[in-house]
Amino acid sequence: MIEQPRMINICDVWEETPDTKTFFFPFEGPFTPGQFFMIWIPLLDEKPFTISYIQEEFLGITVLKRGIFTQKFHEKKAGDSIGIRGPYGKGFELQTDLRSCLIGGGIGMASLATIVDRLHNVTIIQGAKTSSELLYRKRFQDMNLCTDDGTLGYTGTTVDVLNALLEKQRFQKIYACGPERMMYKISEICKKHDIEYEASLERYIKCGFGVCGQCDCSGQRTCIDGPVFHQQELIRMADFGKISITKTGERVIHP
Amino acid sequence: MFLHLQDEGYNGNKLSGRARGKAATLIYRFKSIMQKVDLSVTLCSIPLRNPTILASGILGTTRALLKRVAENGAGALTIKSISTEPREGHNNPTVITFEAGMLNAVGYSNPGMHAAAREFSDLQEIGVPVIASVIGTEHEDFMRVVEGLSKIQFSAIEIPLSCPHTPGFGLLSGQGTPESTFKITSLVRKATKLPIFVKLSPNSPELCTAAKAAEDAGADAITAVNSMGPGMAINIDAQRPVLGFKVGGVTGDALRPIAVRCVYDLYKAVKIPIIGVGGISTGRHAIEMMMAGASVIGIGTGVYYRGIDVFRKVSEEMALWLQKNGYNTFRDIIGVVHD
Ligand SMILES: Cc1cc2nc3c(=O)[nH]c(=O)nc-3n(C[C@H](O)[C@H](O)[C@H](O)COP(=O)(O)OP(=O)(O)OC[C@H]3O[C@@H](n4cnc5c(N)ncnc54)[C@H](O)[C@@H]3O)c2cc1C
Ligand SMILES: Cc1cc2nc3c(=O)[nH]c(=O)nc-3n(C[C@H](O)[C@H](O)[C@H](O)COP(=O)(O)O)c2cc1C
Ligand code: FES
Repeated sequence: MIEQPRMINICDVWEETPDTKTFFFPFEGPFTPGQFFMIWIPLLDEKPFTISYIQEEFLGITVLKRGIFTQKFHEKKAGDSIGIRGPYGKGFELQTDLRSCLIGGGIGMASLATIVDRLHNVTIIQGAKTSSELLYRKRFQDMNLCTDDGTLGYTGTTVDVLNALLEKQRFQKIYACGPERMMYKISEICKKHDIEYEASLERYIKCGFGVCGQCDCSGQRTCIDGPVFHQQELIRMADFGKISITKTGERVIHP
Repeated sequence: MFLHLQDEGYNGNKLSGRARGKAATLIYRFKSIMQKVDLSVTLCSIPLRNPTILASGILGTTRALLKRVAENGAGALTIKSISTEPREGHNNPTVITFEAGMLNAVGYSNPGMHAAAREFSDLQEIGVPVIASVIGTEHEDFMRVVEGLSKIQFSAIEIPLSCPHTPGFGLLSGQGTPESTFKITSLVRKATKLPIFVKLSPNSPELCTAAKAAEDAGADAITAVNSMGPGMAINIDAQRPVLGFKVGGVTGDALRPIAVRCVYDLYKAVKIPIIGVGGISTGRHAIEMMMAGASVIGIGTGVYYRGIDVFRKVSEEMALWLQKNGYNTFRDIIGVVHD
């Protein structure tokens, strides 16, 4: 494989929330939920995004407006072209028959969305700062929602919701993507309740295919050994939930 | 011994029964090779268990990654180059590949010497020598970084005067000329007692004179070579260059014949040892580089071609080749093509 972007045409754009849009484009080839693509806007930059929709020969990427790159991305319309390379990384290991729970925090929900249909018995927990940031409310009718400001659903975090659910029922597996502190707390809960756990980490990605060393988390390269890691690996990664790496390569306390 | 097969289970400790069986046979096979072929080497008084070194800029960003590369068989490790101040480097794409190699314009992103001094602590625990890579825009910067890192137990200092794609550094600021090479090496020589490796560019028409200048200024070895070029890849559909910086250094297979020729020329020009780097990803490549005159070899892009355990694979393949051809040690093949 040659690691270079190729141009594809965006065929549809959906507004999901005031700050997030989903871009659809044609793609054929294998893709495992949790893997990511590098999206290139020529002369600007190239950044990692996971697939949030798989529909026949179309894939969708849900993009949160955060900085310069994602602002420019949001200006793209159907018919415009972008560069993509991938898929990269290790996705989720789906165990379809287990009673499972998906926990998405903020834009992290995008990475989990494609596994909902593949699991037979799944509970979804989604949290956001405020109600207008909650994703896919029409797409998944039956979600346990929570918001920091109490504008919709439970007032509090996904971790609180999980704890409440665990008082009444048992999950055999949890899949999570969201702020790392959230994922860390869930890891502790899974340890206590002996639940299988996989989480998708976010680190600064440069090459995307395992050579530059930028995306390290305790000796694991997020881009190629992850971004999805299993509980067994997470508990061995001292940086998980604590330290992340900036664009310069400095290790800092996780925001 | 360079093998740590238990580390094959690093990803989640999930070595299957079959893999365990395979590992056991491999250990047996390696043990029988190791009894006959000696891969250990001393480079400027630094003992290495085998002659493979992780090249600068590939995976050398954190202590944890260095440790992982050591567990995968490298004889020594070079950290990603460090400057006085933090640098974000160029925008993405910073690394791409093409049919015959890799193009990179990372732009020397690094956290600066103070953060680096915190990051690279307890290096002895890694178990193999670690080489600092030190860069600067002004001649004195090299000295400052060496001083900034002086509390860390590095085994040697490498000074790349040869980067082809970062304004202010390397080729873009004339650091690879014989005069600059002499000045910078002399300054670093004053700042440290550690062995100094000067890393040169394959582009340079003055390669041998620059190497001689480094040797005269007190360098202990020459690292040859850095990436060549710069080169460019254009996405014809976007009608734009692909790399964020538009141009970048060429490494990997495309670089190998150039690197071999550089090492061949240098072997005649200097007396100090040569660390041969450029396009090595197999044992045969390593032996080719040594026959040209390298005492040890560096591997960068090979990590992409063959995975993080490329160091173990290359060592194994060297040992097999040497054994088949009746050598007890690779030291007997260094420079043999020169007769
Ligand atoms: C594996 C992976 C999958 C991702 N999937 C999605 C997704 O599906 N949808 C989505 O909206 N976002 C996703 N992201 C995050 C997305 O890549 C960043 O939000 C985006 O790069 C921000 O760019 P910007 O220029 O708009 O913001 P900036 O102002 O440059 O940065 C805002 C924040 O984004 C992060 N970021 C910036 N550049 C990178 C980079 N090269 N790699 C990783 N993080 C970066 C940093 O934390 C930074 O603080 C993913 C990240 C990773 C690592
Ligand atoms: C992604 C990448 C980053 C690099 N960064 C550095 C660096 O920071 N300092 C340096 O001296 N050389 C750097 N190099 C050059 C390598 O150390 C090496 O000299 C070159 O890649 C040739 O070897 P190879 O063909 O085995 O990769 C880099 C090379 C690559 C591919
Ligand atoms: S982003 Fe380069 S190694 Fe992961």
